Amino acid sequence: MTLFITPAFAQTQPPGAPEAGVNVPPVAPESPELGHGAPPEGAHTEIGHEGVEDHGGAFPPFDPTYFGSQLLWLAITFGFFYWVLSKKLLPRLGGILEVRQDRIGADLAEAERSRAETDAAIAAYEQALAEARQKAGVIATETRERLNADLDARRKAIEADLTARVADAETRISAIKAQALNEVDAIATETTDAIVATLIGQSSPAEAAAAVATVRKG
Amino acid sequence: MANDPIHQFQISKILDISIGGVDFSFTNSSLFMVATVAAATGFLAWATSSRSLIPNRAQTVAELSYEFVANTLRSSAGTEGMRFFPLVFSLFMFVLVANLFGMVPFFFTVTSHIIVTFALAMLVILTVTIYGFMRHGFHFLGLFVPHGVPAAVVPLVSAIEVISFLSRPISLSVRLFANMLAGHITLKVFAGFVATLTGLGALGFAGALLPLAMTVALTALEFLVAFLQAYVFTILTCMYLNDALHPGH
Repeated sequence: MTLFITPAFAQTQPPGAPEAGVNVPPVAPESPELGHGAPPEGAHTEIGHEGVEDHGGAFPPFDPTYFGSQLLWLAITFGFFYWVLSKKLLPRLGGILEVRQDRIGADLAEAERSRAETDAAIAAYEQALAEARQKAGVIATETRERLNADLDARRKAIEADLTARVADAETRISAIKAQALNEVDAIATETTDAIVATLIGQSSPAEAAAAVATVRKG
Repeated sequence: MANDPIHQFQISKILDISIGGVDFSFTNSSLFMVATVAAATGFLAWATSSRSLIPNRAQTVAELSYEFVANTLRSSAGTEGMRFFPLVFSLFMFVLVANLFGMVPFFFTVTSHIIVTFALAMLVILTVTIYGFMRHGFHFLGLFVPHGVPAAVVPLVSAIEVISFLSRPISLSVRLFANMLAGHITLKVFAGFVATLTGLGALGFAGALLPLAMTVALTALEFLVAFLQAYVFTILTCMYLNDALHPGH
């Protein structure tokens, strides 16, 4: 375990502090760098040794040697990045999104317009249908009424005709009846006269007629 | 040394530049800053080059990142906060891509150095402070006097508020730096166990399985941390910007 942790320990501890697990004397930060290529491998002592020398004694993220360089290059790179983004790329991206937003808005408006048109067409159709239905109803009613009136008129004419003919027939029947009754009187008078003549040998048609009339009244 | 978990944070010069006696060398850290910016810029430029109405996958990713940051900013600092959108988006993308680059073996993690995260944090805090004073004048100091606090405890509360304000750049930078540093050290230590144990013969080979599983799990965790820390940095930036816009709590 110490094998791997040691170099880290070596860096976090101040130079000259006792180093646990490393049996080499601490190397001064100012010691010349051995270079980064091909360090001797394998030996425990050399790992600690190499680690210390490699960093020049300071923990690299806190080493102020390169602060100036890092700040300068950060300013250059980040400044360029900010400039390119704010002047070119972000307006372009924003433009793309805006164009799409506008396009979607326009398409939605167009769709809405089409829908309204469709609705109007459906309404017009419904209205025409309702009108046609109403008209058909009116025509049907008119026709029915006309037919009914026609029928009524013809029925009334026939009824009137029939009534006239019945009345005519009744008149004729009463006439025939009266005539028949008169003939009954004449026959009764004659018969009475004949019977009386036969019975008493004398005839009186006037008395016979009076007698028949009396009997008929009584 | 292969097993040294600190070695990965070592800065080495690539091009020696010295201006006025100050070392401004182009180092591996500078290289990965350039790589971070080049990758992020290149990706966004390439992804949005077609400007298609129906986005392809790359453009969807670019749009998602845009809307993700925009929604974070808008929900924390309101619509007014959108004036800082380029800054917040740059910070998010820079930190995220730098963190993710750090996950590639043998790559340098730019955000594992306190000076870088501290510079980014100071950029945020200075933006907040300068904009706050420009916009609200001395009313910006109302930030330190919360409403509805009894007069007797105002000095105490204000002192706490001032300390919390001053500690913001430290907490903001240390959180990111320490997360990246600790994660990479842990990963390296466990991976180092695997390398060393397998060198010890059959028994060591069997024993190496446990740290190997740990390494795999930690790698996944570190990807999560890489994203999460970029997000945390962003959302805290948004909340601090909200203070600059609306200092009256």
